[in-house]
Amino acid sequence: MDAPFLIAAVLTLLSAIAAISLRNVVHCALCLTLTFLGLATLYLQLGAQFVGLTQIVVNVGAVAIVIVFAILLTRSSDNPGESRFNKGAIWAGLICAAVFATLVVAINTSYVSMKSGAPAPPLTVEKIGHELMGRYVLPLEAIALLLTAALIGAVIIAMKESNEKGGGQ
Amino acid sequence: MQQLDQIFVTLKAWALGHVPEPLQVPASIVMSIAPIMLVFPGIFALTTVAERKLLGRIQNRLGPNRVGPFGFLQWAADGLKTITKEDVVPRNADKVVHFLAPVVLLVSALLAYSVIPFGRNMYAIDIDAGILFFFAVGAGTELAVFMAGWSSRNKYALLGAMRAIAQMISYELPLLLAALAVVMATGSLNPNDMVAAQEGGRGWGAIVPNWFVFTPWGFVGCILFLIAAAAESNRSPFDLPEAESEIIAGYFVEYSGMKFATFFLAEYLGLFVISSMCVVLFLGGWHAPFPFFWCDWIPSWAWFLSKLACIVLLYIWMRGTLPRLRIDQLMNFAWKFMLPMALINLVVVAVWKYTRPWDYFGAELVRWLLCVGLLALPYLLLGRNLLSNRKWGPRTYRYAS
Amino acid sequence: MTLETWLVFSAALFCVGLCGALIRRNAIIVLLSIELMLNAANLNFIIFWRYGVNADAASGVMMVIFSIGIAAAEAAVGLALVIAVYRHFKTVNLDRIDSMKG
Repeated sequence: MDAPFLIAAVLTLLSAIAAISLRNVVHCALCLTLTFLGLATLYLQLGAQFVGLTQIVVNVGAVAIVIVFAILLTRSSDNPGESRFNKGAIWAGLICAAVFATLVVAINTSYVSMKSGAPAPPLTVEKIGHELMGRYVLPLEAIALLLTAALIGAVIIAMKESNEKGGGQ
Repeated sequence: MQQLDQIFVTLKAWALGHVPEPLQVPASIVMSIAPIMLVFPGIFALTTVAERKLLGRIQNRLGPNRVGPFGFLQWAADGLKTITKEDVVPRNADKVVHFLAPVVLLVSALLAYSVIPFGRNMYAIDIDAGILFFFAVGAGTELAVFMAGWSSRNKYALLGAMRAIAQMISYELPLLLAALAVVMATGSLNPNDMVAAQEGGRGWGAIVPNWFVFTPWGFVGCILFLIAAAAESNRSPFDLPEAESEIIAGYFVEYSGMKFATFFLAEYLGLFVISSMCVVLFLGGWHAPFPFFWCDWIPSWAWFLSKLACIVLLYIWMRGTLPRLRIDQLMNFAWKFMLPMALINLVVVAVWKYTRPWDYFGAELVRWLLCVGLLALPYLLLGRNLLSNRKWGPRTYRYAS
Repeated sequence: MTLETWLVFSAALFCVGLCGALIRRNAIIVLLSIELMLNAANLNFIIFWRYGVNADAASGVMMVIFSIGIAAAEAAVGLALVIAVYRHFKTVNLDRIDSMKG
């Protein structure tokens, strides 16, 4: 339990709990951003440099901003006396605790050996590039298609209908 | 002149020798960071005065000329004013987020300085994926802008913040793609490798430096990068989200005193770091332009700072000369012109690298013509296409009767 | 620092995300919790890449790169759907969005 892991892990976990339980939705989104940043530092501690930096660029720089924009575009005036939790929140909490307990038991009793104290496998960005263009070229093309389809789909779904006010978004 | 060039590196090594063993790492970190945090705010102070004086001269008036010799102590007067101003926070504002927004912006702007090589062997850290780190912390600025606009609980601030974020996201793509052209050409994400690839010169007696800006794709890439950088730091002519005459300073509107000064500082620091990245990517970093003997007498960090000064002067010139763009004009320009040009630039880099082994007679000329043609044709076509969509008629004048 | 500690942490993060998806009424917070779950799974991949049995030096990182891309695409589409639903029901409260006939 060394200090960098402890600090980053506590920060990430606390901001994740804050992200799901705060009343103000924008505060939740900002706590999610903090969670992403904590996760990025954890990736850097694990030696996955490229993934940690990509996490910041994509998740903080894009996903968090999209969530924030969606929050701003869907400001609804619910009566503030209403609880922010569901009716079955207690049962949901118990189920999640049970899931967590199951996972912890499974982790602690499983027979997975750790490479004792080995340094991180040297993975340069050049090697990632070679892998992307070599072994993983098919997933690369597939994800390019997926992203294009997702973008076009998202724009069409969120666009104002043209018979409402006579104009697209 | 090797000593003058490496004077900061040797100073740091000498000082580290005097530090006891267990404190070596923190002391090394502090000694790498402290010069950045002292020098660049100093450059910011001088730039504010220089900008006001230069803008004044462009607009046929004198700039500030009261405080100090020719007005060059104006930054001290401005600093004292902002420090002693009252810090007004609106009652309905979200206090925590309102306080954190300038902090986040400043931290993001300062973090980006750590991967830039300011001179020979003068960089704070050497990450394998340095360019990616640079753009990752640039993403923090967008978040800070949103935090500032939203926490003020002011509709104009929110509108300004949303426009600013839309502008920053739109221009981040051409910025990344222009930098990606250089990554393709050098095959590495490390800024030090990019500087090393621009060493030396070609032509008769190596008179033309090997900088990427003197290649067709580098020239276009540099222009795209500079325009996108101006838009990323909300600098005129892209300063619609924060212009005083447009939206009463947009997302800054509820900030006063030291917080406003922090925003101002962070914006200029962001401008400097993006200009430094342009120098590293396209203008040869800390290399001297010519191989003459006297160029070696000027240290590498002096070359870097003078190139940085040229780019900052270019930005001041752009601010004083060009009119502001409207938000729809900005977005059209980013998505319909700059993004296709940046993508075509990537193709041209590939063509350039592919045709490098050609060595028949006149191959160099063919290569240049091919690449310049591949860039000029889309430029003309896109420009014509964008201009033809304008719904402009002949200008009509209406006079009061 | 053992493998088990890291795995327990990532399981905790996953369960926090699961809890958020089950508890909250706001559709956007549910999407946010789903993003949290995806990120916890990514962390699991990287933990096993670093500490687990290492047959291939890059497959963990490659999985996470694709997973981050897919998570971003899914967040964009999900939020577009939430905006479209909001336009119809004028609320993002999941308890109120309970009729299929539009």
